[in-house]
Amino acid sequence: MSELLQFLLSGVTVGAVYALVALGFTIIYNASDVVNFAQGEFVMLGGMITVFAHAAGAPLPLAALAAVVATAGLGVAMNKLAIEPARGAPVVSLVIITIGASIFIRGAAQLVFDKQIHSFPAFSGDDPFRILGATILPQSLWVIGGAVAVFIGLWLFFTRTLLGRAVLATSNNRLAAQLVGINTPFVMTLSFALSAGIGALAGVLVTPITMTSYDVGLALALKGFAAAMLGGMGNPKGALVGGLCLGLLEGLTAGYISSQYKDAAAFIVILAVLFFLPQGLFGRKSTDRV
Amino acid sequence: MTLLSIEGLGISFGGVRAVHDVSFGVRPGEIVSVIGPNGAGKTTLFNMISGVYQPGAGKVVLEGEDVTAMSPHLLARRGMCRTFQNLQVFQTMTVLENVISGYHLQESGSVLADLLNLPASRRRARAAEEGARALLGRVGLERAAEREAGSLSYGSLKRLEIARAMALKPKVLLLDEPAAGCNAVETEEIDHLIAEIAASGVAILLVEHDMKMVMRISNHIVVLDHGEKIAEGDPASVSRNPAVIAAYLGAEDAAG
Repeated sequence: MSELLQFLLSGVTVGAVYALVALGFTIIYNASDVVNFAQGEFVMLGGMITVFAHAAGAPLPLAALAAVVATAGLGVAMNKLAIEPARGAPVVSLVIITIGASIFIRGAAQLVFDKQIHSFPAFSGDDPFRILGATILPQSLWVIGGAVAVFIGLWLFFTRTLLGRAVLATSNNRLAAQLVGINTPFVMTLSFALSAGIGALAGVLVTPITMTSYDVGLALALKGFAAAMLGGMGNPKGALVGGLCLGLLEGLTAGYISSQYKDAAAFIVILAVLFFLPQGLFGRKSTDRV
Repeated sequence: MTLLSIEGLGISFGGVRAVHDVSFGVRPGEIVSVIGPNGAGKTTLFNMISGVYQPGAGKVVLEGEDVTAMSPHLLARRGMCRTFQNLQVFQTMTVLENVISGYHLQESGSVLADLLNLPASRRRARAAEEGARALLGRVGLERAAEREAGSLSYGSLKRLEIARAMALKPKVLLLDEPAAGCNAVETEEIDHLIAEIAASGVAILLVEHDMKMVMRISNHIVVLDHGEKIAEGDPASVSRNPAVIAAYLGAEDAAG
């Protein structure tokens, strides 16, 4: 029993990270129909910038904040320099551009930072809490809490604010959004900033547990993509549920089968979803009336 | 006083002159229709006026300001709105939400006030909702307010799109085939609606195939053929114009 609980707790922690990455995919996908494969790099940058800012003497909270802000800025730059100039190109081309951007960011990180594995101290120490015979690290609670805060914040933003509803309107029908006076290029920029910022936050929260290096982004992007596909691409609720499901599946696979196979779980999920449930759990069928 | 003037507008696609040197003006409260045979360049002209295409030559002037090739959201801010022949509505939102989206520009609350759900934000949202319901009443869709837009009939969606455009309180409204695909009853409803909007002082520019409707409601008609303006004037004079008749019947030689 306590063993199962232990696997579930670690699954939820990992799942919260996947949910945040999936949410990043969702936000950009909604604004532009583009699947941004540089999403994992945003997570890597969040961790790496914090590590180096902290090493340079900045207090941890300030370093973390700087990492989130800098990564959000980088997301905006990526939109302005790589996506916007290619506007009007087919979506597949834009997706390939994001793959290029991800390789570029990874390469640049290797040069700017280094190729070592890094970490920084957990926010609230390393003494685990005991729950019914299982243990959970305080940092895991930070990860889960951070994910919950991001989801609640975004939900409020999208349902209550004019700007949030402008983003939703743009994702629903971009031309119609322009017709009612919504500045859709700005919505795109905002989406990239939000996505990158959320990715970086995930990186900041999880680095004390999983550690980071210049090349952690690729695996995270693939897991986050699997989570987003499972939940239904373009649906924030799907990102949350997909991320948690995937995390739990990984936790249980690692616990009961072998941790060698935990990565395989994510990829079996992608294949199964693509074969049997292309819309995902909460995906909507899109139809156009002419 | 001319509200919107089109001055020598032209565009070519790969050497083909789709529209060449077209000029005319629209005054407040006036209904101007652009007609012409299929492929005459009506929709291309519309797309240039509304900033979808960048014209190769000429200018679009709105209230004395050059707005040529300005993007649709900036035109919306200056009071020029359009509808599309192939419906651009938010399919998965409700009918009411679609119209409320038209109040986007008039609502201007801070993100923080909205997040905290302050009274000012709620008041603003309520005003937009009341306005939207009133507009739905005007286009006869008040009973469908809570339905998902995607579930409406074609004719209702056309009226929904007009209601949403009206929410922006436009000075100029560009309607691209508002009656296309509608039955006779729906066409007449749209017909009345357009006349009513014009009567409230909005300048209306219309592209429409339904000749009866065009003749009935237009103050002024511009006729295009092969991308050029071949005639303009009131409905009676245009319908008697030999060049127009020739263009529609395809008997260019006979018309001389």
